[in-house]
Parts: sequence; C-alpha cells; structure tokens
Amino acid sequence: MLKKVLVANRGEIAVRVMRACREMGIASVAVYSDVDRAALHVTHADEAYAIGPAPARESYLSIEKILDVARRSHADAIHPGYGFLSENPKFARACADAGIKFIGPPASAMELMGSKTRARQAMQVAGVPCVPGSSKGLTLKEAEELAARIGFPVMVKAAAGGGGKGMRLVHTAPELKSGFETARSEAQRSFNDSEVYLEKYIENPRHIEIQVLADEHGNVIFLGERECSVQRRHQKVIEEAPSAVVDEDLRQRMGAVAVQAAKSAGYTNAGTVEFLVDAQRNFYFLEMNTRLQVEHPVTELVTGLDLVHLQLRIASGEKLPIRQQDVTLRGHAIECRIYAEDPDNNFFPSPGKIQQLVRPSGPGVREDIGVYEGWNVPLDYDPMLSKLIAFAPDRRMAIACMERALDEYFVGGIKTNLGLFRRILQHPDFIDAKIDTGFLDRLLSQPAKSQDASEDRQRVAAIAAALFTAIQGTSVRSAAPAGPSAVSSWMQAARKESVGGK
Amino acid sequence: MIYEVGIAGKTFRVDLVRNGDSWICKLDGQEVPLNVAATQAGTLSLLIEGKSYEAKQEVTSAESNVVIDNQRFAAVVKDPRSLQSRKATDSGSHGPQKLKAPMPGKVVRIMVAVGDEVEAGQAVIVIEAMKMQNEMKSPKKGLLKKLSVAEGAAVEAGQVLAEVE
Repeated sequence: MLKKVLVANRGEIAVRVMRACREMGIASVAVYSDVDRAALHVTHADEAYAIGPAPARESYLSIEKILDVARRSHADAIHPGYGFLSENPKFARACADAGIKFIGPPASAMELMGSKTRARQAMQVAGVPCVPGSSKGLTLKEAEELAARIGFPVMVKAAAGGGGKGMRLVHTAPELKSGFETARSEAQRSFNDSEVYLEKYIENPRHIEIQVLADEHGNVIFLGERECSVQRRHQKVIEEAPSAVVDEDLRQRMGAVAVQAAKSAGYTNAGTVEFLVDAQRNFYFLEMNTRLQVEHPVTELVTGLDLVHLQLRIASGEKLPIRQQDVTLRGHAIECRIYAEDPDNNFFPSPGKIQQLVRPSGPGVREDIGVYEGWNVPLDYDPMLSKLIAFAPDRRMAIACMERALDEYFVGGIKTNLGLFRRILQHPDFIDAKIDTGFLDRLLSQPAKSQDASEDRQRVAAIAAALFTAIQGTSVRSAAPAGPSAVSSWMQAARKESVGGK
Repeated sequence: MIYEVGIAGKTFRVDLVRNGDSWICKLDGQEVPLNVAATQAGTLSLLIEGKSYEAKQEVTSAESNVVIDNQRFAAVVKDPRSLQSRKATDSGSHGPQKLKAPMPGKVVRIMVAVGDEVEAGQAVIVIEAMKMQNEMKSPKKGLLKKLSVAEGAAVEAGQVLAEVE
C-alpha cells in the first residue's frame, strides 16, 4: 500500500482525497499557493508546503514545483484531483520519470482521450457508437462536403477542446464558413491547436455517463451511470444516479461499451465515459474523462463504494476487490454544485469573505466542502465552494431531501447559487425527469417566478431589521467602527445581549 | 423607539420598546406579540403568534440584507437616533452615475475612452475573477466622464470603475 500521497489540488476535492488517505492510514501532503495558506485543505493534511503565488500557472499548474515538493516530502504517489494537472499527460509522464506513482491512467491513455479526433478513431475501431461525423481534422471544403452528407445542424468542434471552448453550432450551410473559422481561431487561442472536426448535432440530448474502474491487471468494471443533463454553458450544475431513463438493459449495453472503450485505451484507475443519449435512447460516445469526476459521490452513494479508496488501492497495485456481478445499485442520489456566483446578476463570480455558514445535516445528507465560516474565497480559482449530495430510497424522496437540505443551508457575506437549485428542483420538468442539456438554459430564459415574498414575510423582515438595529444601537453604537469589522463585533454583541423572550 | 424600515419598495413603521428581557412591538400601529431569542452568532429566533422564524443579518460592502428563513430582503432602516441612518438609494437616471465593480477582480480590458458616448448596457470594462471574464456595462446612456481604473488593476467589490454623465 502507498505510504504518503501528495494531493496536487485545493478546495473540496483535496479535502476529499485527504480524508480517504486518513481512513486508509496513508499520510497526506498538501500544496498551497500564497492565498491558500489558511485554506481548509492545508489543515486537513499531515504536511503542507508552499508552492508560490496565487495564479495557478505559477503554483497549482507548476509541474516542477509540485514534483519538487513530492521529492522533499518523500511522497510515493500524487493524486491530481480534477482540473489543474489532472488530465495533463506531461505531468503523468513527469511523475513516472521521477519514480512517483501518478494516481490515474497512464499518460498514453490520457493523450489518446485528450484528442477528440484520435479518441473517435480509437472508439470506432473498438466498435463504440459515435455521433456521425469526421474522426480527423478537416479543411473548410471537407467540412462543407461532410455537412451536406450528414445533414444540418452540425457542431464544429476543436480536436483539443473541452469545457465548451472551440465549439460552434451551425444550423445552415451558409453559416458554416463563419462558424468553422470562429471555432478554428478559438481553438488556436485556447488550446494552441487549430484542428477542428465536424459532428452531427444531436438535438436536446441527455448527458449520461458511465463510471469505470480499471486495475493494473486487466480487470475493468463499470459502476452504473450518472445523469448530468442539467448544465449551464456546458458546465454541469446538478448530477444524479441512477438516470430516470436508463433501464437495466440500456445500463448493461452502455456499461459494456464503456468497459470496451477503457480496455481499448489501455486505461487504468477511475475514469468516466460520457455519452449523449437522444430521444429514442440511442447513445453515442462523447468523450472520456481520464480522472475522478466532480460528481463521483452520487455513484458512491448508490453503489456503497468509496471511489477514492479504490483509486488508492489500484494505484498500490492491488487487484479490483469486486467483480462486475458484485456491483448493485440501491436508492437515488442527487448532487448540487454550490458556487460562489450570483444567479440574479448574470452569474457573476462572488469571491470574498464567508461571514456566516450554516450547513445542513440529518438523514441522507452528505456534503463535500472546501471552505469554512470566516474563509476568504479567493478570486483566483474556480468558484465551487462545496458539493451537496442527497440520498434517499427513490428519486422523489431524494429531491425532497435535497430541498430540505437547501432550506437549512445558509451562506452569508457572498452570493451563491443556492436559490437557483430551489428553482430547478421545483420545476415540473425536473420533477418528471424530462431533462436534457437545454433544460437549464430554457429555465433561465424565463423570468424567475416573482420573488415577491408573502406580505407576512415582509412584515417579519421589517420587524427583524428594526430589532437588529435596536440591539446594535443600544449595545455597541459608540464602540463600533465603520466598515466590515463592525459587523462581526456587532454580531458578537447581538449574541451576548440578553434578548430572550417571556 | 420608532424605526422606518424600507422593504420591497414599502415602508414599515416598527415601534420597539424593550421591556426587561422581552420586547413590545408595534407594526404600523398594530401591536404584534413578539418573542425573541438569540441563537447562534448573528441569528435571532422570532416567535410571532406561534409561528417560528429565523432571522439573520448580512452586511457587506455592497449591501445590507435581512434574511428570513433563507430568503433575503434588502432592508433600509431609518433610525431617528442613529447617526448611521441610511438613505434609500436614488436609482433614477438623472445626473452622473457610477459604475461599480460587483466583485473583486482584475481589470483585463477597457473598451471605451473618456469622452466617448456610451449606450445604456454597453460594455465599458471587462473584469476577470475566478477564471471568468465579466463585462461591466454602462448604467445609462451618456458620456463617459471619468475612468478610475487602468488595465491590469486589481479592484475591490463596490469600487467605482467609471462615471457616466
């Protein structure tokens, strides 16, 4: 078994991995940038080392600095989490060269899956169904010929793409030239690679993915599916397992294809094969994510397995401790990604100090969090604060559990998207599981149901506002300096103040 | 003491008198049976005619809210005795208007120059925060009177970026 693991990440996923290490008796090493000295992941680690300034390319993306810490701390493995260096084959290779185990697939599998066109070629050879289109970079002329053959609408995509960049939807032949050129230049700017290819556009598909696990002895299994159709700008917002439209037959067929895809890529460790599923429940290979996914907890809850434990055991050279027939699904899990952003103001990021944090608990609630009350959310990184996961015997109760948990959740001082989740969970189409990747954009294009609170609530709010002012006024008025620090001293005063009733 | 509280465009008159450990409360002249207990830091439990509410206060550099059972209300309290009384913000489109940063970040692009004519909603400045670029738009149609930041500058939430007249 591994003895000491460096976690090359920050936030909730770093904490998640360190918890697993602690449970397995493995020492953990944190790395942190200048703005993250007081971050939660640093306090969860057994050791922690500074790796430089706030900008990620000078800290969390610096292969050199991270390997240097690994050597100094005598870590025998590195867990990359997700994002940052997790899907960088150069990093995987550099780890191997330094004699440090990279907890993930070999660099060759990452390279194959990192190029969309190469991945499509490999998947077609392996008999995996792909969206009709090309499996190599195209010139404009070739693109025009292909589009005419497969029919509009088509999607022009960057071969090196990801995260929705370098992607253009084209509805008609005359639009193709400009869509093609925009995608090319965006691909060049974002990925330093202008290769683009063409796929038929699947209208209103569902995004359903299969979790796979592969050991280093040739055993590959799948752990059911996750539905991630609730997306904004190609970013997942809510995920669930199982999917309401996947029956056992479809699950077995998608699973078999995902296992085949992993085997043909020489894949090891945890990975995810993403599919688009159309209205007739045909499924098409989209891409393979060569890392642990953000949404892995929903799979953990319905399978009863700990994916990070399994990652660590696979990386230690162990064989998979379970066979495919041992994997059973039970209950329903939903995950909400809680971001520091303002849904009422164009989803602007909202970094800053978390003045108050009240977290939900009780039956069926799991939270993987990377922040705490008093933490100053830096503006330098992804705005995800936490993942809230609800688990119940069926989908309807999982939704009810999540709504209840959201009601208990409060983040003060910065904006979050908590209110957006209430809106989604109460939407009739979400309740009926009539969701596709366009669902959230359609919901957001309609005005929010008037936030007009009941007259009652407004009256209560008025009384509360006066009370807060009265308590503040009579206790600390003279002592309180202006500015944000006045708030905390004031809040303490409010607590000490005897305002009990009766 | 009487407080004028502005909530959702309405003004409520709240008369609060402390009576030992409890409060006597009148709302717009009507007595409201009110029972108050401080719970966790910054939080009050209110019992009003048997109904239970949780009230929190949230004050940031940009706004001042009262939160009732996780629903936020922007609240403006006029306290006749307080020196810190706030005035309701006048959001008409007359006179110069300031463009403020809604969050901390870095100015990556300035898209107009001082003296330029701008439309309401036209992008003036692009601020990057948390890997996202966000366009700051002009609050009104007019002339860009002043630019208070330069490209590359770090800005705080609420900081004035530009003025449009």
